[in-house]
Amino acid sequence: MKLKKNIATSESGFIFNPSTGDSFSANGIAAGILAEMKSDKTEQEIKTGILARYDVRPEQLDRDWDDWMVQLKEANLLDN
Amino acid sequence: MKPADILTVGITGLNAHDNPGPGIAVARALKDAYGDNIRLIGLAYEALEPGIYMDKLLDKTYHIPYPAAGATVLLERLLEINGMTGLDMIIPNFDAELGNFIKIAPRLAAEDIKTFLPDAVQLAARDKTQLHEFAATYGFKVPDYVNLTKAEDMEVTGDKLGYPLFIKGKYYEARLADNADEAKKIFHDIANRWGLPVIAQRCIKGTEINVAGLGDGKGNLISAVPMRKLYITDKGKAWAGVTIEDAELVDLAGQFAKTLQWRGGFELEIIKDNAGNLYIIEINPRFPAWIYLAAASGQNQPAALVKMAMGDDVQPFESYEPGKLFIRHSWDDVVDIARFQQFSAFGEI
Repeated sequence: MKLKKNIATSESGFIFNPSTGDSFSANGIAAGILAEMKSDKTEQEIKTGILARYDVRPEQLDRDWDDWMVQLKEANLLDN
Repeated sequence: MKPADILTVGITGLNAHDNPGPGIAVARALKDAYGDNIRLIGLAYEALEPGIYMDKLLDKTYHIPYPAAGATVLLERLLEINGMTGLDMIIPNFDAELGNFIKIAPRLAAEDIKTFLPDAVQLAARDKTQLHEFAATYGFKVPDYVNLTKAEDMEVTGDKLGYPLFIKGKYYEARLADNADEAKKIFHDIANRWGLPVIAQRCIKGTEINVAGLGDGKGNLISAVPMRKLYITDKGKAWAGVTIEDAELVDLAGQFAKTLQWRGGFELEIIKDNAGNLYIIEINPRFPAWIYLAAASGQNQPAALVKMAMGDDVQPFESYEPGKLFIRHSWDDVVDIARFQQFSAFGEI
């Protein structure tokens, strides 16, 4: 699933949905992942990068990723 | 005498308090656009309207009679003010005064004082007591409501609409009632303040969004800027809000401008429910108090309205900046009481 094209993000982790006026704060890791999603990297490419940078098992990352997607969907930040 | 290239524009709605009129925001937008090439003349009903004392925005302010005094008295006073200032245009900013201004617009035009207003039929069509007819005629969604003339009818109305529901004055004010007793109390408060009927309106749950719009009177939408309310006062007024990007809202404003051939500024008050339905809860026939946000985000509607009134060809704006936030605040201006006395006693300052 892709981030909506018009979602604005900043390096500090501020997220703004211009369609709804909703805004959110993300921590540094989440802001980095959002930036990668905006650059049109695939899910696999992003996950590979995370596995290389952090001490996390692939199955744990998959679970966290699914949870992340649910959060983004609930926040109305993903394309349908 | 004034230089020929300086516009002189009269503005009402200088009551920049907790339920603010749009006049100060309109003045600010015009100053942004015209700078020193405009003289702004305040037209105030009461000596404690804060705008009267804002010298950086208004060059001069005159007292005008309350709308209840009627169109003839208003016209006499405006012609007197015109004799002292040389008005090129007047922008009325209150719902309750628009009927009078529409009546006298031809007489003002005869004196070369321009206005840019809807006609009386258009004004009546969007009246909040007529929203059912408006919705049925033009195909808009509005929340169910009942016009009430006596508090006893609240029982039946409450059963029909369910609680909580909004109780609204015909010109201003909306308060939420959780039960019949509360609704009756609010009915009496609002009836005393604004007269009858009082409107009971179903409460639609969703996001509160307002759209500031400008129509050219020929069916074209010149501008529309949607704003989501972020902070709402106990009077239901936006105290902070952010511009948002939503083509559906702009389309809705376009349908309104087209179907009513709306001439002038307007504000659509909308609830977007969880299913994405857009309910128009109110249509204000003038700029909103937050209109400076539209100017700051790229669409200076008051300036465009002045240009159209002056006969210029104004093309529709094509874009604005979403994510512009306004935050209203309180500020104590300090002036000598002699100025208050000057306005109270002589009707001008």
